[in-house]
Amino acid sequence: MSPPVTSAAVRELTYLNAIVEAQREEMLRDERVILIGENIDIYGGAPLFDTFDGKRLRNVPISENGFTGMGIGAALTGLRPIVDLTIASFVYLAADQIINQAAKLRYMTGGQLSVPIVFRACTYYNICNAAQHSDRPYPFFMNAPGLKIVAPATPADMKGLLKAAVRDDDPVLVFEDMSLWARKESVSTDPDFVVPIGKADIKRAGNDVTIVSIAGCLPKALAAADALQAQGISVEVIDLRTLVPLDTETLLKSLGKTGRAVIVDNSHRTGSVASEVSAVMSEEGFESLRAPIRRVTVPAVQIPYSAALEKPLYPSAERIVAAVKSIL
Amino acid sequence: MKPLRQGPPTKSARAAAGEVQRLTRELSLEAYRRMVRIRRFEEEAMRRAMAGEFSGMHSSSGHEAAIVGACLALRDDDYITGTHRSHGHPIGKGADLKPLMAELYGKATGICKGRGGSMHLADRTVGIIGESAIVGGGMPLATGAGLSIQVRGTDQVSLCFFGDGAANQGTFGESLNLSAIWKLPVIFFCENNLYAISTPVAQSHGQPHIALRASGYGMPGVIVDGQDLEEVYAATVVAVSRARKGEGPTLIEAKTYRFEEHCLNLQVPIPYRTPQELEHHKSERDPLVLHRREMLESGIADTQIDAIEREVAAEVAGAVTFARQSPWPDPHEVYDYLFSNPIHYPPEPAP
Repeated sequence: MSPPVTSAAVRELTYLNAIVEAQREEMLRDERVILIGENIDIYGGAPLFDTFDGKRLRNVPISENGFTGMGIGAALTGLRPIVDLTIASFVYLAADQIINQAAKLRYMTGGQLSVPIVFRACTYYNICNAAQHSDRPYPFFMNAPGLKIVAPATPADMKGLLKAAVRDDDPVLVFEDMSLWARKESVSTDPDFVVPIGKADIKRAGNDVTIVSIAGCLPKALAAADALQAQGISVEVIDLRTLVPLDTETLLKSLGKTGRAVIVDNSHRTGSVASEVSAVMSEEGFESLRAPIRRVTVPAVQIPYSAALEKPLYPSAERIVAAVKSIL
Repeated sequence: MKPLRQGPPTKSARAAAGEVQRLTRELSLEAYRRMVRIRRFEEEAMRRAMAGEFSGMHSSSGHEAAIVGACLALRDDDYITGTHRSHGHPIGKGADLKPLMAELYGKATGICKGRGGSMHLADRTVGIIGESAIVGGGMPLATGAGLSIQVRGTDQVSLCFFGDGAANQGTFGESLNLSAIWKLPVIFFCENNLYAISTPVAQSHGQPHIALRASGYGMPGVIVDGQDLEEVYAATVVAVSRARKGEGPTLIEAKTYRFEEHCLNLQVPIPYRTPQELEHHKSERDPLVLHRREMLESGIADTQIDAIEREVAAEVAGAVTFARQSPWPDPHEVYDYLFSNPIHYPPEPAP
């Protein structure tokens, strides 16, 4: 099921171009929106320089904690910045400002301050980049109250959720997934097309088992569903889309229908997004469960350089199929 | 512009240079009122905390001239970021004492609704956009306020209070550099009280004058006597003027001294300051005493000064009464202010 389209007009967009277009539309709509990031003039933000100049497109030195905090300070004083942290492993350098300032300032000041800011981070993995450029660090930030976190998996969801994030009055972490960059689909051209934060999406309806997919796992989850369908097993695929706040309603409703769940997550297994979804399902949906919940994740080991070592670590359609069959 | 003086200041040097923006009589009295408000607020809060009425605090006593001299050079619509030693900044910018005292008591009427406490007395109504208890944490925020001012095209400025300890954090260098690149309207104002908790500047800085680092980032740096209100004010006026004209950031280092321990409820098992040093600063370098003396010498009547003392004493007493009589925050409202919209994560009821 695709996201709601409020206008008939659509345009074919890649996942990568959806990011550019979402930013362009929001910058055109609202002059308070600015973009802050390293090398944005030649990489991701480059197309925006056709429309905007250095006043609102701030190419910054390599100072992740500093420029992230600078974005937060701008958000506190009337702007709505987008901070592009590029490779998600670099988010740790800015974690102090994201967690100790952005996530806490509204609360700590009793609502006197508001932090309308977007942090973009791209998960690069499975491309032989070794351990310091391959992280998928969503779970760390799920443990910090005050942050909203989205991880879109389709061009339409990316465009709609990034636009929703810019319009949100709270700090929103938007995780991109490099493995999805080239994927294409028709996306609404309505400048007010947004996908609401906090809503999971049922990408495929089914009855026998629920697969909950996180971020770039979606193509593999759908491939697994196809393979299982061919064997007569009806799979419901939920794309979580928003990690915080978690759409427990959609998760529990699906579990109520199927009674079985496999959660597919490309972050490390310990304290993963899958762990949290599993905990919610078992605590709040225990009566519906007809079999143990299974997590298909990345083991708690560093991401190695060699493709021979790295590739088998991530969830694959085969591993997902095996997990489903183990609980049928 | 005239190059800013570097090195320890002397009173005669500052007068000879003719570079001092003198305080009017009215501003002089206002400055004194604000310094007395900080001092008496802190003294009363210390007494109440020691009596067990609320948990500990970090006193600004001794820093008053640095804080007020800086704040006096600002407009109401200018921004400030501060530190864990957070009481002086809002008071120095003119905040109402009642919600500040109520916050120390953890009451619902506190400036932060009981969610911030002593280290975080941020009062947005006087322009404060955060009092960070992460040392150096406010520096990027002040830089961002400067960026915001530049993008929005106003002539506001952003003033960042930080300590000598923060000068050794990465955020110091990152923030000064970012501000210098685009000539952001930021004043980096160091309250150098000579000790990061117990570690003296001599043991933690390669050279003892923080303002000398400014040239390395491409901005002017100036050292002022932080116990001398007029000198702090004059230097900040120059920095603010530069910032408003789009000439960029300035680093001001005010040499000051902390009269109390780092924190009320942190024991000092091994003394790190001699009694003689402490006594010297309290008896010879108290900014309130020094400013009162200057006012008397300039012909201001002591009756006017005494009236300020009486009015502030009543104001502080009123703030304590207000705080004590205020209601506690409702535990059912613990999630309030987490997000702009009422989302609870994880989805569990409030206790």
